[in-house]
Amino acid sequence: MNILVIGLNHRTAALELREKLAFNGPRLEEGLLKISELPAVNEALIISTCNRVEIYLNTDETERVVESIKDFFVNFFGIKKESLENTLYVYDDMKAARHIFRVASSLDSMVVGEPQILGQIKDAFDCALKQKSTGVLLNRLFKKSISVAKRVRTETGIAQNAVSISFAAVELAKKIFTDLTKKSFMLLGAGEMAELAAKHIITSGVGDIVVANRTYERACGLAEEFNGRPGKFEDFIHEMAHCDILICSTGAENYVLMKSQMQKVMKERKNRPVFIIDISVPRNIDPGINELNNVYLYDVDDLQGVIETNILERQKEAAKAEEIVEDEIETFRKWMLSLDAVPTVIALREKAESIKKEELERLLNSLPDLRDKDRQAIENMANSIINKLIYAPTAALKEESEDRDILIATIKKLYKINGNEESPSTRMKPHYSHKCNS
Amino acid sequence: MEIILFEVALTFYFAATIVSLLELSKGTRTTSRIMLGLTAIGFFIHTLNIITRYIVSGHIPITNMHEATSFFAWSIVLIFFFLEYRYRPGLLGSFVMPGVFVLMLFSSLLPRKVEPLSPMLRSYWLGIHTSLAFIGDAAFAMACGIGIMYLIQEHHLKSKKLGGLFRRLPSLQTLDEMNYKLITIGWPLLTLAIITGALWAESTLGSYWRWDPKEVWSLITWLIYASVLHLRLRAGWSGKRAAILSVIGFCVVLFTFFGVNFLLKGFHTF
Repeated sequence: MNILVIGLNHRTAALELREKLAFNGPRLEEGLLKISELPAVNEALIISTCNRVEIYLNTDETERVVESIKDFFVNFFGIKKESLENTLYVYDDMKAARHIFRVASSLDSMVVGEPQILGQIKDAFDCALKQKSTGVLLNRLFKKSISVAKRVRTETGIAQNAVSISFAAVELAKKIFTDLTKKSFMLLGAGEMAELAAKHIITSGVGDIVVANRTYERACGLAEEFNGRPGKFEDFIHEMAHCDILICSTGAENYVLMKSQMQKVMKERKNRPVFIIDISVPRNIDPGINELNNVYLYDVDDLQGVIETNILERQKEAAKAEEIVEDEIETFRKWMLSLDAVPTVIALREKAESIKKEELERLLNSLPDLRDKDRQAIENMANSIINKLIYAPTAALKEESEDRDILIATIKKLYKINGNEESPSTRMKPHYSHKCNS
Repeated sequence: MEIILFEVALTFYFAATIVSLLELSKGTRTTSRIMLGLTAIGFFIHTLNIITRYIVSGHIPITNMHEATSFFAWSIVLIFFFLEYRYRPGLLGSFVMPGVFVLMLFSSLLPRKVEPLSPMLRSYWLGIHTSLAFIGDAAFAMACGIGIMYLIQEHHLKSKKLGGLFRRLPSLQTLDEMNYKLITIGWPLLTLAIITGALWAESTLGSYWRWDPKEVWSLITWLIYASVLHLRLRAGWSGKRAAILSVIGFCVVLFTFFGVNFLLKGFHTF
């Protein structure tokens, strides 16, 4: 029994290939069924997202299974085998465990710390559980991956800092104002990025919303979309007196708001703080405005700078996360090792039980006149002798130690236990009665 | 007994200071809880210390430099807990606890003997006048700490360099509101302290105002904070300007408290 992962991700394969290899909708359960039926595959699980396709397996014949999975890709998706060259990665054993721990913790993601991947892994695991394609090993591996990811989320700041323009704007707004619900917001102009940022600010709960545009109809349309009221472009400076957060993105070639105008606005606002985000290129707001007291002006480059520091910050946190992963790998490795001992423990007990049974029968047959009470007493004594005899070796087997392999071999030899026992991860026969939706 | 209590309180404040400084470099929820816990225990023991001293001496223990500094530190912690409870700002402890510890350490170096009270000070005005003055000053001390936090946070936002403490400091609005709140607490207390002082002076010395250096500097302090409030309400001097003024104001408070005692002579000198 060995964990094996075969897969490709955004770093190893182009989008073109990833699209072709995606297990969409019903294809996922179909694929899982086919893979489970491959020879030497004990357990199987598929993760398929837009950035990665990975097959997790429990197998004893790594090389053979790698080849059959490649063939499976070729047949199942109708692609050429050559296209898989240099795109697939294969990890086994603890390397495979480390890989899934890192994937679940979003350390392997395109945007480190993004939160979606954990949900996608949970879905993939649920699907495999429904299809009963996993057993002891992969179940444990995936439960552990999910808990590692949660630990990383709570113990490091990997997912904390905004790494998109719109989230960065919200983050800044929250460091200027305590409670956005009491603040009013104005969107001046339109544009994809501005509207996205506006949406994020509005979702974080601003009070009053005004949308101003050179074309009044467009303002009305956007106002409706954002649940705000439309404003006239010509009046926007006047509106500024009541607006605490402004996102500006007009197509103007020069500044629509000058420092001197802003000074007047600030007087009218009684100097209450204002946060201005100028997303327009070329810039629409006089950069000198940032020098005014209680005015905070950010343009696209400033926000980009914020994001860059945040990415650096996330990378620092990622280093901490890697440590957590290593830590958890160690516990997982110990668990894997303890699995090796389980069959021997069982065999040892069985051996003892069979000797006891044999000897008891012989003795009791030769003493037919015994009363039930005496028979019981003899049986009890026999039980207690074998229990005491196997207690110490069993405890030694279960104990974590580096030379457990030697111990297992020794005990097998001493007690003449044969080595062809089944592992406890004996695959549960799959039942494909359930539908999988993910 | 009260000396042991003082030492124990000092030790707890010291531990809280260390944790609060650790919090600056690497803060988590746990460190801030530990810091608050240590401060709370320190404060409780400090309170016992002041009560025992009151029982031993029979008057409010703000009659020499040791007692005054200790009471000042106690008032600051009192106001710190008020702010923590009301605003739950991040990192406040890191800006307050080192100051409290330094005050306590300074206080511990001064003679601690309980002296019999000079007849001039034997009056119920003593407790009222001094505690009003010190709690007011503590509010100004806190406003200064918060002003510094405001200036750091505002610098982050203006310079667009968002590393360092940016993430863990509270929002500018919270800091500004706390600053305003503190001055609206401190200024009326200072006003009352000056009035009770004048009444007390009248009853013992026969005149309300004697241009004693402490009186003069208290008046200057009073005028500074009056103008901080006035400028905020009339001219919109909130935010950065208010923060700078509260730092300057507190420097004057410190001079009124320590400078006047050590450099200038008058009947407020202990």
